[in-house]
Amino acid sequence: MNPIAWLRSLATRLFRGSSAARDIDEELRSHIAHRADDLVSGGMDRARAERHARIEFGGIEHYREESHTALGGDSILTLLSDVRYSLRKLRKSPGFTFAAIFTLALAIGANALVFGVVNSVVLRPVDVRNAQSLYCIDHVNDQWQSYPNYIELRDRNHSFENLAAMALSEVSFDTGKDPSRIWGFAVTGNYFDTLNVQPMLGRLFHASDERGPNSAPYIVLSYNYWHIHFQDDRNVIGRVVRINRQPYTVIGVAPREFNGTFIFFAPNFYIPLVNDESSRMSQRDNRYIIQVLGHLKPGVSRAQALADLNQIGDSLKKAYPADDLNESFTLGRPSVPSVLGRPLRAFVVALMLLAALILIAACANLGSLFAARTADRSREVALRLSLGSSRILILRQLLTEAVLISLAGGAVGLAGSVPLLNRLNLWQPFSGVPIHVPVRPDANLYLVALLLAVVSGILFGIVPIRQVLRTDPYEVVKAGTSARAGRLSLRDALVVVQIAICAVLVTSSMVAVRGLMRSMHSNFGIDPQNVMLVETDLKEAGYPLAEVEPMQRRMIDALTSIPGVEHVGLVSFAPLGRGGSWQANVFRDSARNFTAPKAAANAYMYVISPDYLRAAGTALIAGRQFTLNDDSKSPSVAIVNREFAATVLGSVSGAVGRFYRSQDGTRIQVVGVVEDGKYLTITEDQKPAFFVPALQQAPLAEQWYLVRSNRDQQQLASAIRARVRALDSTLPIDMLPWTRELDFSMFPSRMAALSLGVLGSMGAILSITGIFGMAAYSVSRRLKELGIRVALGAKRIEVLHSALGRALKLLAVGSAAGLLLGLMATRVLAFIVYQATPRDPLVLSGAVLAMALLGLLATWIPAQRALSVNPVVLLREE
Amino acid sequence: MSDQAQLLPGTLDLLILKAVSLGPLHGYGVLLRIGQITSSALLIEQGALYPALFRLVRQGLLKASWGVSENNRRAKFYELTAAGRKRFREETEGWNRLTAAMAAALGATAEEL
Repeated sequence: MNPIAWLRSLATRLFRGSSAARDIDEELRSHIAHRADDLVSGGMDRARAERHARIEFGGIEHYREESHTALGGDSILTLLSDVRYSLRKLRKSPGFTFAAIFTLALAIGANALVFGVVNSVVLRPVDVRNAQSLYCIDHVNDQWQSYPNYIELRDRNHSFENLAAMALSEVSFDTGKDPSRIWGFAVTGNYFDTLNVQPMLGRLFHASDERGPNSAPYIVLSYNYWHIHFQDDRNVIGRVVRINRQPYTVIGVAPREFNGTFIFFAPNFYIPLVNDESSRMSQRDNRYIIQVLGHLKPGVSRAQALADLNQIGDSLKKAYPADDLNESFTLGRPSVPSVLGRPLRAFVVALMLLAALILIAACANLGSLFAARTADRSREVALRLSLGSSRILILRQLLTEAVLISLAGGAVGLAGSVPLLNRLNLWQPFSGVPIHVPVRPDANLYLVALLLAVVSGILFGIVPIRQVLRTDPYEVVKAGTSARAGRLSLRDALVVVQIAICAVLVTSSMVAVRGLMRSMHSNFGIDPQNVMLVETDLKEAGYPLAEVEPMQRRMIDALTSIPGVEHVGLVSFAPLGRGGSWQANVFRDSARNFTAPKAAANAYMYVISPDYLRAAGTALIAGRQFTLNDDSKSPSVAIVNREFAATVLGSVSGAVGRFYRSQDGTRIQVVGVVEDGKYLTITEDQKPAFFVPALQQAPLAEQWYLVRSNRDQQQLASAIRARVRALDSTLPIDMLPWTRELDFSMFPSRMAALSLGVLGSMGAILSITGIFGMAAYSVSRRLKELGIRVALGAKRIEVLHSALGRALKLLAVGSAAGLLLGLMATRVLAFIVYQATPRDPLVLSGAVLAMALLGLLATWIPAQRALSVNPVVLLREE
Repeated sequence: MSDQAQLLPGTLDLLILKAVSLGPLHGYGVLLRIGQITSSALLIEQGALYPALFRLVRQGLLKASWGVSENNRRAKFYELTAAGRKRFREETEGWNRLTAAMAAALGATAEEL
């Protein structure tokens, strides 16, 4: 059944359902019966008489509808006849219909996609009961607290029903088979009770399970991890697994719908915080550890809660002046960390704006096309007006056409974006880390798409209204449809707007992509090519502290002996890796007061082995590398970067040999200066950094080995694995090429560039359809005139000029406006995309070239048509 | 059929009011009555009657009720309301003025001017 027949039958059924309709039906039947009675009494047989009576009556369906309208009946049937008529009209011009639907599908699809992401990531709260009253305690610039401060907040606040805390935890997880490193949450005992989570299987732990450090060796598995790695085995409860070589009992499985309180991160397991590296729990200044969250008590406002918290904060500041607790508390949503939340929200808002721009461009495009169509139909409109049709009727007809197109476009766009969203939902950008983007198309999405479709349909549908209202039937019928050139019309303005918007999109996407390309090739102070990162945690693996350093030495020797390996370095955290970095306050040599406010700088600190700088490819500018002699028996030394030398020591050239002091007042001599680099993110401002020899520090169990080698990465990886296994067959290791590790820090820029690239190409496509529509229309309108010109001997260039001159002029104006706006907009972009600068000749010329090419491409077919005009055929047709 | 005249726009309503003013009628009866009083000189498609009837009902000029016809069939009967009677009088007067004027105009000869 075709959709119209279906709609018709639906409407008729609805309509038949009403008593008025049944009344009408019965009356019309009664009329026909009476007429048939008369015919029978005139001598006709009954069957013929009834047939005859029906024929005499005329189109019964038509009169039924008309009767209904006369009774002021529902408008479904009138709407339906409008729809039928529109479909007939649209079917007559398939090219136009296709182009219009395609344009809208792109625009509405883009909007649906962006909204789908916004809806799931920004608007949707986490899946816990009473998510509205769930807050986490943030600082303005970060959201983490130290464990002792959490205890104070938990016990002293009057605003929260309960305060729970959680930390991210990466552990080596051993069920007896190949040990693996997995991510999960270390949480306080009251975590599940605070969030009102009930177990799917077994039990969850409670506050009563915690009785001091390492008192609760229990693990709760997430549903997904249990489903995938334990194959839904219900007997898993009570099993003992090894986490960092310690035995833990599986006591339960969390429900399927509960995946922690982060949107982007689904934990594989939950273990009690008291059992997770409890040493770091006791340090008050070890702040970057846990997120504190809870439900506000009923009746307590945000402001009251904040006042309550900051009062506790003030007393903490007084009690522990050495801590840099100088930031006040704020309340945030736990789902998206506020640190991430602000740029994310900015990014999402930017995307929404761009998507909206695309929709506006599409509407402008279709508006001008519709206006053109209406102009072509002015004769028909005039005829209908003079035949007594009302203007309202004609407008309704045009609007129906527009809305039909936009609904079709919306449906196609949605059909395209929903699978994309579903793919995004399954996408895991980083292997091994359970980070994902949980987008689920829901009713909101469909509603918004429908709304967008209807609104944009009405938007471009009303463009020709003035035209219809102004139509003077007499004038039009008398004069025919002659091209009216000259003044700048609304249509021209729409075309310029549309092209300008497309040019903005094209320009900004070029800026973004170019910025990304540059940032990929800029100098990070390291050379990540041909370096394999090997991460181990000897403490997790059960090594006593005294054996850590000898084991590391053995590892370095083993890795160095792999053929083809040039350097092996050891570092606390790989720069631009996902581990983060340590920061330390450093003081001038003259300093006597070692509190945080007096620090000369807060610098990144790296603990390295002698060969690290060579393995990392960090260039030494002055001084020397570390040697094995820089150990605990020799004076403390450091290598600093240029920024450190300039800000803390006063100059780069005189830095070697000078001293600075660490937090505990130790004098440290600078023995070398290295080039500046990027450490945490590629977009950060230049930060001071310093490197200290591992042998002068307490042994670090968690270390990254950098293995530099020209060998094939796969071969290298298996060689490394073999060497490590030979030393310790149960030591879990993580291996990743450094370039892949950089993906983490590149991720935001990449995403931004990708989205902008996609939106930019959509802009390009839209500008093609827009320019094409305009050029094709202007050629077809003036075909006759062109024919005459050709007949009179005009040159090709003159024909082209008269056919497309106006189109090209509009194109140029629109592009110029768009380029200017685009360059202005990219100032904003520079915040997201590293090294996005509009003052880049390549981008400028690229954008100009792109718009020119697009224009050329889009006008090619109309130009060919103009040139191939055959005056004889054309004039004969008229 | 060819000597039947096309109905002028707006005249059908007046004809219906006239037909019903002579006594309550059902739809088919209205059609027969019009044929009778115009000596079948006017062409009316049967179905066209009903939208007109419903329009008049909606304007409050006619009222309708179900009953049983002379053929012993269920049928809807129409009669004039007070407003309908008033409208019928006005329209009749208007029509008479118009036809008189038209007749006078069309009957004019050169000598009378």
